[in-house]
Amino acid sequence: MPEDHAADIQLVTRAGEEQARPYGLPLAVLAEITHRCPLQCPYCSNPLAMEPAANELSTADWLRVIDELADLGVLQIHFSGGEPTARRDLVQMVSRATEVGLYTNLITSAVGLTRDKLSALADAGLCHVQISVQGAEPALADRVGGYKGGHARKLEAARWTRELDLPLTVNAVMHRQNLLQLPQIIDMAVEMGASRLEVANVQYYGWALKNRRALMPSPAQVEACTATVEAARARLHGVMEIDYVIPDYYAERPKQCMGGWGRQFFNISPSGKVLPCHAAETITGLDFDSVRDRTLAWIWDNSPALNAYRGTAWMPEPCRSCEWKEADFGGCRCQAFALTGSAGNTDPACARSPLHARVFALAESEAEADHTRFIYRNLSGGTEEAGPA
Amino acid sequence: MRPTVAADSVPRLPRHVKLRHDKARDRWLILVPERVLVPDDTAVAVLSRVDGARSVRDIATDLAQTYQAPVDVILADSVALLQDLADKGFLAVTEAPHA
Ligand code: SF4
Ligand code: SF4
Repeated sequence: MPEDHAADIQLVTRAGEEQARPYGLPLAVLAEITHRCPLQCPYCSNPLAMEPAANELSTADWLRVIDELADLGVLQIHFSGGEPTARRDLVQMVSRATEVGLYTNLITSAVGLTRDKLSALADAGLCHVQISVQGAEPALADRVGGYKGGHARKLEAARWTRELDLPLTVNAVMHRQNLLQLPQIIDMAVEMGASRLEVANVQYYGWALKNRRALMPSPAQVEACTATVEAARARLHGVMEIDYVIPDYYAERPKQCMGGWGRQFFNISPSGKVLPCHAAETITGLDFDSVRDRTLAWIWDNSPALNAYRGTAWMPEPCRSCEWKEADFGGCRCQAFALTGSAGNTDPACARSPLHARVFALAESEAEADHTRFIYRNLSGGTEEAGPA
Repeated sequence: MRPTVAADSVPRLPRHVKLRHDKARDRWLILVPERVLVPDDTAVAVLSRVDGARSVRDIATDLAQTYQAPVDVILADSVALLQDLADKGFLAVTEAPHA
């Protein structure tokens, strides 16, 4: 192995500035430009109460925000949603982002894409496309997404992506009902021409929490999934990179969430709220500032919601005196809120949390119960799948 | 198929890999999907010469002159560095037509 000539970025502050603050310059932003989406995935990370189209930021708002992002030192913008191509001004936004030097990524379900739209995005300077898949074959994939014919359209969009010489990442969200198809999903991603595959196990908050009974895998299933990924990584070295996120219910320690709350990343909601992560609106009682009222520079430094869980000073025990607190920042605030009722608690995914054993046992019993019926994500608070449990 | 980097390969940064000097942080960065990499000085020296026209040998010869170092050592280092990037999907290569 050659020595590594490029390390992943750590906390980076402004040139010449001391690292005195518990956060740096933001590296990347997730721009959720709309919550509208033709799909209805039962694990969608959008909040249960979604933003109607009438509340969305205008084109002019977004173009100003994109300029502010570049001034603030943001390097990458991920256009996401909902389904970002549902907005007609997406090409305009990508153009502006390219102009001001941002690295642009499109995170899409690909169902509403046309070849012309994709080609216009490529001309506007789009750097990368990420297409989500729900399974390895139409029957399951279309059932999970709640959209007939969706899977076939994704494969078609992937073909256009590669024809236009745009690089492709395939994103596969895994859960009990599609884990068995992982080997075929990996082969399919290679055939789609992906240079990267993200295998992400569902994170349980928002819609996924509502659907946990139908989604939670067993520890044995997760182990099998890990073995599949490891074998594929060895086999596909140099052909396709595989990023893998395990469900942390079954881990000893939680994931470091978003690189730390408000540390190097933020999210902008369709109505302009600045959030430390895409799921933060599931936490009630936090006041999020909007780009409609304040500049991004002000918000990044002063937003009470961003400052609430920055660094380590807010931590209770067992995190406060734990040797790993700088490594995982106490895990995920959204998961802590969802499972303990307070975002200021240790993430129960951690084995040191007093609630860990209970959470783990609950997860296991849900994984064994035979509930398969989904509650589909939609603007009216969810619709239960028809048919037997 | 796994791309192989050799002395006569012509490397090129694909669309999803951007080498950029970032003014706010005053450092060179490599932007790739979902990640930001901080290249060391050697990587910057090599990558800033990658233009889709010059071969790895051309680049090493240029570096050997600039840094007054033996060309075979630099060539071996450059091949290893570029192969590593290619394996991660961050570099495209074509074979040079034989002169
Ligand atoms: S997870 Fe599914 S429903 Fe949610 S935005 Fe993505 S494609 Fe749409
Ligand atoms: S106690 Fe807190 S800091 Fe320590 S590993 Fe668990 S979550 Fe992380």
